[in-house]
Amino acid sequence: MVAAVFHSPLETPAAPAPAVTPAAAAMVAVASPAPVTAPPQAPARDLRGLWLAVLPPVLGFALLLLIWQAIASTADSGIPSPAQTWAQAVQVFAEPFYRNGPNDQGVGWNVLSSLQRVAVGFGLAALVGIPAGFAIGRSVFLSRMFNPLISLLRPVSPLAWLPIGLLVFKGANPAAIWTIFICSIWPMVINTAVGVQRVPQDYLNVARVLDLSEWKVFTTILLPAVLPYLLTGVRLAVGTAWLVIVAAEMLTGGVGIGFWVWDEWNNLNVASIIIAIFVIGIVGLLLELALVKLASLFTYEEVRS
Amino acid sequence: MNTSDCQYIRIQGVEQTFRTPKGQFPALRQIDLTVRKGDFVTLIGHSGCGKSTLLNLIAGLTTPSAGVLLCAGKEIAGPGPERAMVFQNHSLLPWLTCFDNVYLGVERVFGSAENKAQLRARTGQALELVGLAHAAGKRPGEISGGMKQRVGIARALAMEPKVLLMDEPFGALDALTRARLQDELLEIVAKTRATVVMVTHDVDEAVLLADRIVMMTNGPAATIGEVLHVDLPRPRSRVALADDPQYQHYRKAVIDFLYTRQAHVEKAA
Repeated sequence: MVAAVFHSPLETPAAPAPAVTPAAAAMVAVASPAPVTAPPQAPARDLRGLWLAVLPPVLGFALLLLIWQAIASTADSGIPSPAQTWAQAVQVFAEPFYRNGPNDQGVGWNVLSSLQRVAVGFGLAALVGIPAGFAIGRSVFLSRMFNPLISLLRPVSPLAWLPIGLLVFKGANPAAIWTIFICSIWPMVINTAVGVQRVPQDYLNVARVLDLSEWKVFTTILLPAVLPYLLTGVRLAVGTAWLVIVAAEMLTGGVGIGFWVWDEWNNLNVASIIIAIFVIGIVGLLLELALVKLASLFTYEEVRS
Repeated sequence: MNTSDCQYIRIQGVEQTFRTPKGQFPALRQIDLTVRKGDFVTLIGHSGCGKSTLLNLIAGLTTPSAGVLLCAGKEIAGPGPERAMVFQNHSLLPWLTCFDNVYLGVERVFGSAENKAQLRARTGQALELVGLAHAAGKRPGEISGGMKQRVGIARALAMEPKVLLMDEPFGALDALTRARLQDELLEIVAKTRATVVMVTHDVDEAVLLADRIVMMTNGPAATIGEVLHVDLPRPRSRVALADDPQYQHYRKAVIDFLYTRQAHVEKAA
């Protein structure tokens, strides 16, 4: 579901590309008089392509604003209008890194502390999950041993683990990190294990015929073959972690974008909550984009017989 | 030629049985075969007759249920670089360049005795031998199927194996590319004097390349039906052989075996 929500906007960055073509073509036409006679339909068609690329997303956002405005203008909704929210956003982002004591900090600090928690929890999950995934993928015994446990624990909402974290770690911050850890570990274990199990037998036969050392097999065959799967796991894990951190921080307090939402709710500052929703969405989108880009660098054409 | 060269590969009483969910499946029985050093042997038979099973046994990728396989007087206990394998689907690692794919094997075999420059020179020579020096820096995804198969052959040859095992190496290629690679292989083998065991299902390929054609009966429990000595002078030219009566005679013998005596009976399902 996360992917479905995040993927559709991904198409838009590609769209403005054709915009360069008509402009560049026009400049060439101006520079040299000869190609002026080129058929005039070509730029027109490019313009139409541009329209089709830009218009739908713009209309989508316009529709959102329209509905938002309509709801805001009903008398007792309490939702601020887009214009009011914008004004508030300008104010909030004018000084994103101020500190007035532990409970009143700029939105920049809040986002950074949330990202930091995600990074720590996620990093620990990667440290444990990726080697565990390799072990489970390589050994039938371990796979049979841990698969029932993973199947049992994976569907549990990460927030259900929060009280356990609070109990064990006796602190809000470690408990939030623990929650991120527990929700990011499953996609990484499962995807790594599946990747290892799907390494084509041909590659392993090559390794056996060449009689490569275990280390060489790991670095030249297993790791590159598993990397695309592993990165998919990482992407899913980061997506989930970013979803969960907001909820976890609402419960634990401190500094963080989730806590900020809750704090602004207590102040009845709804405009800030809407700003926070956009900030969370944009940060999530950027994380996703970065990991998709990373994954595309490590995906190779598979061998087909 | 002494006895150990005359019996370079010895296969004695080999049987192979696979355990399947439906019970034991006997793939091979009573395989007895000797291959002389420098011989080019092709294994031919209908699909499912255990040709590849036999080749995997010689490679050491699998161990026989019964019987012994010897190479140069030593029992084949596992795979090793002295018996290089060219796989049917080339099996190049897609994340390595052609050069690095070949280098991987070279490094394993000669890495302890030679320095980096020598290893790189060997790799370059092997790619040159198959006419792919220009594609050294490319990844397998960027070259054609025929070129990939040539890289696979270069990888095997670069290790200077005692035995070259080929599992239908040209099976996935179009007829014209296949003919060109067969000619190249003939030249390479003449140059390197390697012992070759090749699995094929192509009668012309078998006769053109081989010194001996090992014809296998239908599975299950396949065995060697007949061994045909191909006494055609080398170098061989496919054009000259096309209307050579001797060639036609060998060809006829193989076709007769495959389609008259071992006519493939579809098993009732």
